Amino acid sequence: MTQTVFEPWNDPDATPLIQFQGVTKRFGDFTAIDDQTLDIYEREFFALLGPSGCGKTTMMRMLAGFEAPTEGRILLDGQDIAPIPPNKRAVNMMFQSYALFPHLSVWENIAFGLKRDRMEKSAITERVDRMLKLTRLEKFARRKPHQISGGQRQRVALARSLAKAPKLLLLDEPLGALDAKLRQDTQFELMDIQEKTGTTFVIVTHDQEEAMTVASRVAVMDHGKIVQADTPDRIYEHPSSVYVADFIGDVTIIEGTATPREAGYEIAFAEGQPPLYAETDKTFAKGQACHLAIRPEKVSITAEKPRDKRNALQGKILDIAYLGNISTYHVELPGGQVIKAQTANTRRLSRRTFTWEDTVWLSWTDTAAVLLED
Amino acid sequence: MRRVTWFNTTSLTLGFTFLYLPMLILIVYSFNRSELVTVWAGFSTKWYGELIRNEAFLDAAWVTLQVAVVSSTVATVLGTMAALTMVRAGRFWGRTLFSGMIYAPLVMPEVITGLSLLLLFIGIGLDRGVFTIILAHTTFSMCYVSVVVSSRLATFDRSLEEAAFDLGCSPGEAFRLVTLPIIAPAVISGWLLAFTLSLDDLVIASFTAGPSATTLPIKIWSSIRLGVSPEINALSTILIAIVATGVVTASLITKRASLRLQAEERAAEQQA
Ligand SMILES: Nc1ncnc2c1ncn2[C@@H]1O[C@H](COP(=O)(O)OP(=O)(O)OP(=O)(O)O)[C@@H](O)[C@H]1O
Ligand SMILES: [Mg+2]
Repeated sequence: MTQTVFEPWNDPDATPLIQFQGVTKRFGDFTAIDDQTLDIYEREFFALLGPSGCGKTTMMRMLAGFEAPTEGRILLDGQDIAPIPPNKRAVNMMFQSYALFPHLSVWENIAFGLKRDRMEKSAITERVDRMLKLTRLEKFARRKPHQISGGQRQRVALARSLAKAPKLLLLDEPLGALDAKLRQDTQFELMDIQEKTGTTFVIVTHDQEEAMTVASRVAVMDHGKIVQADTPDRIYEHPSSVYVADFIGDVTIIEGTATPREAGYEIAFAEGQPPLYAETDKTFAKGQACHLAIRPEKVSITAEKPRDKRNALQGKILDIAYLGNISTYHVELPGGQVIKAQTANTRRLSRRTFTWEDTVWLSWTDTAAVLLED
Repeated sequence: MRRVTWFNTTSLTLGFTFLYLPMLILIVYSFNRSELVTVWAGFSTKWYGELIRNEAFLDAAWVTLQVAVVSSTVATVLGTMAALTMVRAGRFWGRTLFSGMIYAPLVMPEVITGLSLLLLFIGIGLDRGVFTIILAHTTFSMCYVSVVVSSRLATFDRSLEEAAFDLGCSPGEAFRLVTLPIIAPAVISGWLLAFTLSLDDLVIASFTAGPSATTLPIKIWSSIRLGVSPEINALSTILIAIVATGVVTASLITKRASLRLQAEERAAEQQA
């Protein structure tokens, strides 16, 4: 059995399901989406990530048909969707506010869309029952929305949008109110549904871990612009800017100036500190200001100076964040720069090697850090 | 903390006396045998009998009922539509003027409303009768309905309608299946308000009623000018009974609904 890798965005022949072409959305004189061009392919699980107010919901609402782009076009299957009203689009949306019908029971809420399709009664019953089972809401079928908990409401909203098995499903923070366990189960359930039905998902989330787990690609947004859209591992390992590096995961950013050296660059960052070394595909001029982004888990922490690594710095432990499976050490260099280093807690806490105020060595390999432009 | 003090008891008694003593006297005298309203001559229900045989009163009652039902229904439809448009239209040029114009008749002296309608009907040569009273009542009670419905719509979550569209509803279906059921309590209270307003309107009706149709309030008013008869007392007692029954029923329904809601919520908490 051959497993073909799913990455239509690298295939020049693939036709995207959704195309944003120079889309701008303004509310009055406020620009919510700023001239964005983006392709999303069939069967993708596309995650939108970004701080509050950056325009994620607006992107979704334009796809669903509740907002029209001020400029540019959106194509679905190669067709401009501007003239198609929301009720005629093969798109379903799960609202950030859930938007459950308060006068209908959970069961009727889920059946609502199916009834509009003039589906047969028995088929509706079957479908709704499946959705109830999927979201573990069987016991609450007869309740009204105001009689269930927040997490249960979120699941009803999810079930209602899934019920019609649309070609494109827009989920606006679908799992925010669920506890960690249920959230994880539902994430796998979503991935499973997608595998089975071939639905394309566009999902908004505030939880990067969730984006990393479920998404085929992640778009990081900032102020109405998509800063980077790429696979989760590329976003994490090769962020295109300081903003992305900082937004996704934990990171230490060191500011300095680059000087070409061998296959990479030497970065001078503080008086009295040895320059750091990093390899990159990008080119920097001599003396160009740059940022070095380094993930805590790529930094080793040792008592002695390691001999085999070029990047080695000495500092004092300022703080330790214990997270159970891992600990993050905040190490302050003599110049005041703080670098984060992470270690797996393979031993019990009482036998931990380092503690506050200890002097330690931090080190990382030549390719561990990412060199970014200013 | 419940303290029954001398002061509390007195104010309560005084208040209730002030409110209900006149009505009580009226009810008591409606069972008076005497022709003279203020002289008690023993218990009798004969005035109720007289009332049923009084064609003029029965006609007026029938006209009043027709006018109230038709005008409040039309006013509810129009008022709800006006409220929907005003809340939905967003900002447009002259919006404040428009919404002001919807509410203006609320504060307009009834005499002026009545007079202007009268002039209009004469101007276009419309014969005054049941139809003109209905038109007049629809016009002024529509504003009340629209106020009641817009205050409900202001808190109505638009995303519910969007969700309905999203799930395949046409605008008509979305209104029928989602918006209307949710704002129904406001629409019903709007109707009840319009109905009561029409039922007890004297001023506007007297301007727009013609010789062919008289409403009950006009009839009562004009008979009183000839002196209070025990018959009027009987009629008023019946009206009080009808209104009281309505109010009690309505409050019982609301109370039952809220009790059921509480019970359901408690059950939900226990199961969750
Ligand atoms: N109808 C509107 N009128 C005016 N401004 C709007 C409207 N809808 C959205 N905005 C603005 O557009 C920006 C983007 O809003 P959007 O709802 O897309 O944010 P978001 O990324 O979904 O945020 P969150 O994570 O908080 O949900 C916000 O600054 C918001 O204030
Ligand atoms: Mg949002």
